[in-house]
Amino acid sequence: MTNPTELKYSKDHEWVKLEGDIAIVGVTDFAQKQLTDIVFVELPENGKKVEKNKPMAVIESVKSVSDVFSPVTGEVVAINESLKDNPDTINKNPYDEGWVAKIKIVDNSELDGLMSAEDYEKFTAENH
Amino acid sequence: MDFIPNTKQDQEDMLKEINIGNVSELFKDIPDKVLLKDKLKIPSGLSEIEIKDLLKKISEMSNISFSYFLGAGAYKHFIPSVVNHIVSRSEFYTAYTPYQPEISQGMLQAIYEYQTMVCSLTGMEVANASMYDGASALAESCIMAVNITKRNEILMSKAVHPDYRQVVETYCKAHSFSLVEVDFEGGVTAVDVLKEKISDKTAAFLVQSPNFFGCIEDLNEIEKIVHDNGALFNVCVVEATSLGILKSPGSFNADIFVGEGQSFGNPINFGGPHLGIMATKQMYVRHLPGRIVGGTVDSEGERGYILNLQAREQHIRREKASSNICSNEALCALTATVYLSSLGKNGLRKVSELCLQKAYYLAEGLSKIGVEIKFKADFYNEFVVKVDDASRVNSELLKKGIVGGLELSKYYPELSNCLLFCVTELNTREEIDKLVGVVKG
Amino acid sequence: MKLIFEKSVKGRTGASLPELDVSMKQVLSNELIREDLLLPEVSEVDVVRHYTALSRRNFGVDNGFYPLGSCTMKYNPKVNEDVAGLSGFTDCHPLQPYNQGCLKLMYHLEKMLCEICGMDAFTLQPAAGAHGELTGLMMVKAYFEGENRNKIITPDSSHGTNPASGSMCGFETITIKSNSKGQVDIDELKNVLDGDVAAVMLTIPNTLGIFEAEILEITKLVHENGSLVYMDGANMNALMGIVKPGDMGIDILHLNLHKTFGTPHGGGGPGSGPVGVKKELAKFLPNPSIVLNDDIYEFTNNSNSIGKVKAFYGNFNVMVKAFTYIRALGCSGLKGVSENAVLNANYMKEKLKKHYKLSYDLVCKHEFVLSDEDMPNDVTTADIAKRLLDYGYHPPTVYFPLIVHGAIMIEPNETESKEMLDKFIDVMIKIKDEAGTDPDIVKTAPHTTVVKRLDAVKAARELDLRFKF
Repeated sequence: MTNPTELKYSKDHEWVKLEGDIAIVGVTDFAQKQLTDIVFVELPENGKKVEKNKPMAVIESVKSVSDVFSPVTGEVVAINESLKDNPDTINKNPYDEGWVAKIKIVDNSELDGLMSAEDYEKFTAENH
Repeated sequence: MDFIPNTKQDQEDMLKEINIGNVSELFKDIPDKVLLKDKLKIPSGLSEIEIKDLLKKISEMSNISFSYFLGAGAYKHFIPSVVNHIVSRSEFYTAYTPYQPEISQGMLQAIYEYQTMVCSLTGMEVANASMYDGASALAESCIMAVNITKRNEILMSKAVHPDYRQVVETYCKAHSFSLVEVDFEGGVTAVDVLKEKISDKTAAFLVQSPNFFGCIEDLNEIEKIVHDNGALFNVCVVEATSLGILKSPGSFNADIFVGEGQSFGNPINFGGPHLGIMATKQMYVRHLPGRIVGGTVDSEGERGYILNLQAREQHIRREKASSNICSNEALCALTATVYLSSLGKNGLRKVSELCLQKAYYLAEGLSKIGVEIKFKADFYNEFVVKVDDASRVNSELLKKGIVGGLELSKYYPELSNCLLFCVTELNTREEIDKLVGVVKG
Repeated sequence: MKLIFEKSVKGRTGASLPELDVSMKQVLSNELIREDLLLPEVSEVDVVRHYTALSRRNFGVDNGFYPLGSCTMKYNPKVNEDVAGLSGFTDCHPLQPYNQGCLKLMYHLEKMLCEICGMDAFTLQPAAGAHGELTGLMMVKAYFEGENRNKIITPDSSHGTNPASGSMCGFETITIKSNSKGQVDIDELKNVLDGDVAAVMLTIPNTLGIFEAEILEITKLVHENGSLVYMDGANMNALMGIVKPGDMGIDILHLNLHKTFGTPHGGGGPGSGPVGVKKELAKFLPNPSIVLNDDIYEFTNNSNSIGKVKAFYGNFNVMVKAFTYIRALGCSGLKGVSENAVLNANYMKEKLKKHYKLSYDLVCKHEFVLSDEDMPNDVTTADIAKRLLDYGYHPPTVYFPLIVHGAIMIEPNETESKEMLDKFIDVMIKIKDEAGTDPDIVKTAPHTTVVKRLDAVKAARELDLRFKF
């Protein structure tokens, strides 16, 4: 799966899509491959305040339990309820139906520090 | 006696095959100045005859030929012969933790059955595969409550077993939780004190029922107060056979159940190994520490069992694990499972009825000769009496071959000259009458 | 195989109780009494057949070789089981008088463990190794009360219980990378030692089976920093009668009686995790301790104690077996245990390193670690482990320590014969060959067990944690 070019990527393997002042956040294909079969997702609560680079959700696979870090600061306005019954959506469709949360952000410039698809491609090739 | 099959010749052959001159070469990387030059100051080894003799003599230095009326967290109950035969099967007791499920279906299925029985008895939705004992399970229930509610204060009834309270205190201190105790009155938790002390900072209230004094707590009223404040309701049961007759903590909407399962077929063993039981509501399952067995299928669609949700445990989460527990009390859980299967629904109910009736019979007998039953509250198989001279009563009882109730003054200074008596199905009418007779005199 | 509940028939019971010999009275109001009680109703023969059948779907040391690294699955002597069943032990109430036999055994076990480990005092209260680690770290915390030492250091090869226990005491765990010899990197250690460090936790020998050759330098550095050295004693089987941890600068350690001292693993417990300390830490030991006053053994409480970690005194019945084991072996026997454990491991290592990648080609102690790197056709450690089941062996420890790719940790222990080791080596070589010539049979193993590979993903997604009546 190639990393969609319209998204931005964090060092912790999250992706962000900006729609106005809403940032949609999920984890990358690289991440879901590392995690292997996902069995449970602990979603944040609606209305929760999240901070850039702080944990906001937890993804559990058979082999590990990993934090999902928020790449932006803001308030959670929507969570992907379908992950409660079908956590494996993240494995099947990490960039699309596998989104984790929608966050209303205050500072668009936070996204400047994130990587483009190309840079993220290089990053994952180098470091792993 | 040693258990090393290899002879000197075998050892020489092996050393030769790997080009090593002698065994000491294998320890060359240990700094010479710490290598032991002398033998350990431990007596020389013994043959099987000698070791049996030694242990027999030591065991006979304790005297167990009494009628026991002592409980206080460790209970003498009937253990069906079946139990020992099953748990002595070495496929069970010499096995490791079932991390390789294909060759551990025996233990895994037995634990699945144990988890099922725990849920039945406690009225909870999911149970783990065991904890070290009731006290440490109670302490870990505090960690669980703090993680779930994100609050930092634990409230605990003073009528909880003193050892359990100490363990909770020790764990709370290590975690920097604040711990507040709630007084008892009339032998049960003082509900107005609870109302006063509970707040929106409280993660959980810990109550034992029947409590240390044997009294049955008003779980209905306590539950309302605890849940009105958004705290968790953690209920602890120490005399497990009470679950055979009393309404389950689950039916009172307990959030976390902890218990001591020693009464289910495990000998008293001078305090250990015992059996920590822990169970909770389905929605909190991922916060439950310890191992959990789950059902699944294999590659050919056959039903099987595995250790489930291991990602929560220490070997994967490491410093983020909510508990460090690794080995637990699996064989003691197996013991409980066989005990409960053997007694079954009817047998366990009968054990509870016998304990209850005999305890009330003793209380009545003592009451009739003028002994004060300290608390008016309902009880199960333990109750507190007040006498003129508690230690004299116990020493007289001992002379007549009876171990009497526990002297409470050392744990609760306000309960001077009080004794906590326990009666189980093992105490006959004759023994009970004899006890009353001695106390009368 | 059916569950016991599925064999239930209404009205059956498997045990008999005497009739009530006092008059039956209504002593509790009905609203306190439960109506439901969902437990099996089976006869005694059904109970026996069911659990006997289950036992035959299980594998213990008595069934075969169990080379689980770091678990020390040695033979469990039967005399230990017999003496532990003596009624003076099983029927003694923890709160009764006339308990001298039990106290004497515990007191002398503590003394012998002090001698074996070179420590000044012991507690027998913790119920397992991890429980011992927690107890030990609570004591470390108490020792530094008033100072702001909130960190512990462990190598990257440490057992998961080390950092988990640290977190339970509010410590932050700093992990340091091991060096090219699989041991603590002294420079890395120096980098992280500062005024915030309470303790360094080491497993000796480490989880690669390698002895920390620079242990004296390490403990010196840690002490100069004002910190304590904690030793995870899980691997003590390599050291008895050879060296004492106390002589190497260890301040506090825990032991696993169900590993080193031959008490059975029980399918996951009960174990026992005693904690030994140098005298500066003795006052923090859990209450009560046992003292000997004029030939009488007594309990005593210390006001500086951390408190209690378990009700009563610990897993006494496990202690009986360990005491018996130590007295049966004696001073020379214990040394023989360690020497033979180490010889057996080195023998296997030398033979297997020709066929499997050896993680570190150094002399090992009682265990060593292979890797699945270099296996043909992408055969993994998991596949090898499952294929071993077909040959009737319990696999070694797998995927631990994390610093070796596809780690295979083999600990033969001293109670296995040369023939058994040779047989196992032959099977490992055979499986390596199969991986090359017939990889499918390895990748789809096991084939001969009562169930095949189980679906852990399904189990975690569709939770089925009890039978629903």
